[in-house]
Amino acid sequence: MKQAFEKETGATLGGTDASGMFGFYETSCIGLSDQEPAALIDFCPVTELTPQKVKTVVAKLKTGSPAISICDEPKNNIRYTPGENTFILKDYEPGAALRNLKELEPVEVINSIKEAGLMGMGGAFFPTGIKWETCRKSVSNRKFVVCNADEGEPGTFKDRVLLNTMPGLVIEGMALGAYSVGASEGIIYLRAEYRWLKEKIEQTLEDFREKGWLGDHIPAKQPFSFDIRVQLGAGAYVCGEETALLNSLEGKRGEPRTRRYFPVERGYLAKPTLVNNVETFATAARILESGAEKMRKLGTKDSPGTKLISISGDCAKPGIYEIEWGMRLGDLLALCEANDPYYVQVSGPSGVAVSMKERNRRLCKEDLLCGGSFMVFDKTRDLLQILHNFSNFFKQESCGICTPCRAGNFILNRKLEKLQLGLGSLRDLVELEDWGATIKQNSRCGLGQMSPNSIVDAIHKFPEYFDQRVDKSGSRLNMGFDMAAAVREYEEAVKE
Amino acid sequence: MQNLITITIDGKEVQVRDGELLLNVIRKAGVDVPSLCYYEHIDPPLGTCRVCTVEVNGRHVASCTTLARNGMNVVVHDDPTLHDTRKAMVEMLFAEGNHFCPACEKSGDCDLQGMGYQLGVNVSRFPHLFVDRIIDYNPKRVVIEHNRCIRCRRCVDEVLTTDGKRVFSFANRGNDTEVAIDYEQEATLTEEQAVHAMHICPTGAILVRGKSLARPFGDRKYDIGELANGETVPVVFPDVHALKNGEKKVIATVSLAGCFGCHMSMLDLDMGILDLVELVEFNKSPLTDIKHFTKKVDLGIIEGGCCNSENVEVLREFRKKCRILVAIGECAIWGGLPAMRNTLPLRECLEEAYLHSFTSEEGAAIIPQSEDIPKILDKVYACNEVVDIDFFIPGCPPSANHIWKVVKNLLFDQEYSVLFPEFKYD
Repeated sequence: MKQAFEKETGATLGGTDASGMFGFYETSCIGLSDQEPAALIDFCPVTELTPQKVKTVVAKLKTGSPAISICDEPKNNIRYTPGENTFILKDYEPGAALRNLKELEPVEVINSIKEAGLMGMGGAFFPTGIKWETCRKSVSNRKFVVCNADEGEPGTFKDRVLLNTMPGLVIEGMALGAYSVGASEGIIYLRAEYRWLKEKIEQTLEDFREKGWLGDHIPAKQPFSFDIRVQLGAGAYVCGEETALLNSLEGKRGEPRTRRYFPVERGYLAKPTLVNNVETFATAARILESGAEKMRKLGTKDSPGTKLISISGDCAKPGIYEIEWGMRLGDLLALCEANDPYYVQVSGPSGVAVSMKERNRRLCKEDLLCGGSFMVFDKTRDLLQILHNFSNFFKQESCGICTPCRAGNFILNRKLEKLQLGLGSLRDLVELEDWGATIKQNSRCGLGQMSPNSIVDAIHKFPEYFDQRVDKSGSRLNMGFDMAAAVREYEEAVKE
Repeated sequence: MQNLITITIDGKEVQVRDGELLLNVIRKAGVDVPSLCYYEHIDPPLGTCRVCTVEVNGRHVASCTTLARNGMNVVVHDDPTLHDTRKAMVEMLFAEGNHFCPACEKSGDCDLQGMGYQLGVNVSRFPHLFVDRIIDYNPKRVVIEHNRCIRCRRCVDEVLTTDGKRVFSFANRGNDTEVAIDYEQEATLTEEQAVHAMHICPTGAILVRGKSLARPFGDRKYDIGELANGETVPVVFPDVHALKNGEKKVIATVSLAGCFGCHMSMLDLDMGILDLVELVEFNKSPLTDIKHFTKKVDLGIIEGGCCNSENVEVLREFRKKCRILVAIGECAIWGGLPAMRNTLPLRECLEEAYLHSFTSEEGAAIIPQSEDIPKILDKVYACNEVVDIDFFIPGCPPSANHIWKVVKNLLFDQEYSVLFPEFKYD
């Protein structure tokens, strides 16, 4: 695909063509893993690319057609919902959640959320009710509700589908949050890669205003005024971290704040701010609509309800799966028709590497939580290549503020390159683990703290793979030094 | 008056004010905790370098960004792995940047260097990354040496023009994160403001044109003062010793890609060298001019890193023949000054040296090659990238005393400690 684009546009990866018409760059995950290969052209998505399709698209661009006229409408690929237990992705009736506010005090809304046992669905799984309650208790004349739609974890695209299919549900969830905590201003922080969803969201907001569901005097038991605007991110993964997101919203560099205050105490513009993920708000709306008891009946004791999982990779049916918490990993793999899975990365590069010995593990808080990303790899994929890709991602997406994340991920990256060249020894594996632990323990925010997870997990879980790739002789001559490679440049220079 | 609370620091209960900065609380309690990016009046503190990491209730936190709360259980030194963690942070900073101490204006007054001394960093466990970074001569008042920047952020938050405008900011992300300069604002800095910027920079990344930082050796911040006050550097000694007793111990030495300065330093033992030859026998070494090993050796001393294929072969030979290998001097430890070329492609270096140099004749010059001369490596490698090294003695060169102490320890199992004035990177 890279070659196809280079050939058709005349631009090499990382630069522009001679005329400056095309620039061609690599980017981190754009949230279209279920219809890869995909690209964004002037922020408009093109999916399921083939060299032929690239040719057609580029030819049209050359004739002056705007990207928006030739791009694709990404599919939603909702592959599975659990029948009558479907909680999030069932038919959406606008206003169904909001109308409950006429009978409910703000505290009662929070109580429902607590009763249902809702956790943050972005991947941190913090109890949502407690967050809402803390924000409610923060005293301020101005509070904010922010929807974190910066879905940047590679392999995740559930928020994309939610915002594309039922943006109203998310907006209702935000309104419930605002009513509960006493906020009157809301912001949807939409990742730049989802700019193509902005118009749809804004149209929905407009519809809501017309119906009186946003704006002044929204029908509710207590006086309630609330409105929402959409603000775009600039494509940084770290801005999914809530304090970095707040900095970005304020127009500052997206870097995590020091953990002196929680955002619910001091967030956007130093005012109490409720930040929740898209799916969290959507589920909150469903709780008010269907009742907390209904959610409690689903899933497991510690993780009630359902979860949207974005499945991509080596399976016949990539897409969105709404599963009840507690589903066996093996069952989910069967559902998505992964024929010969070897390795699954659960919750994205910062999550957990899983081998097929763990087929019987269950996706739930009691066992294995999943933030949304579920990437399946079969034996044709090289594990080190995958880990190196993940490592590249963290190396580039670190905000660069703290030493262990910025320098440490770069150092791990070099080490993986050494292993890829077949120059690693047992000691390199030990060092990857030790250094990984140092990065995990000492980084400032979740990005760094989670970044070495996949590497450390994989070393533990795939010993048969690594055994074949490292020198185990214990020689004191460092086999990692490759003389032939080291003199190659010289030999080439003197050849001429 | 704020509420008094009780916290535990390394097992001792202390009463402190609620919400006071943990770093200060620990220090007031008389417990030493290192810090690098922390700068008293930047509030909230930067929390970028993570060198002041301690354990609070079982979790690692930067003590400069944590507030004291009642009942906190703080561990600073009781768990030795914490010292190692703080050391790892400093080692990462050294590995990430291009810190050529012997050639740096700030050497001796550099906080990063001081932190290395304080924590006993004699080698970075992490291989140096050698990323090409620029030296920015565009600003009017200052020169920015990006090779030395540790992205602590002090200058970003602290350096303001008279109008209160910022001069520095952070640009890019990930490992490309760097300090960017607003040239227009920079030009309005007064001399005093510019000098202030140079002084708050913990390394030599900000230099003021026409201003010298130079102070004579012995008078610099980390030559004297609190650190040098009879205290010893917490170097971790190797658990290797030449075991056989009675016989004369055998030493071999070599200078690879070095300048022989470390060998000169060994000769600085002066009369001590006469004692030494009573105790040991020198085998292969420039000091004896023995070219080839004639027996097994107890201790091999390596000066210089590996810049060509012959260096690698010699070093491998040393590893095979010597029970213990010690790398001495900056070049052997991580490449040192010859490694200044590591950020550039080899071809550029060769062309500059042989084809386009001032003295080379147009058209007649070639890059030398012959089967009799070693091949140049793509970069200068630290000795421990090529073979296992048992111990490292930093310095450019290390002092004779330091070398002598290590030799006595390794060969004769004598206890020793290194004083701050003996432990240097330059």
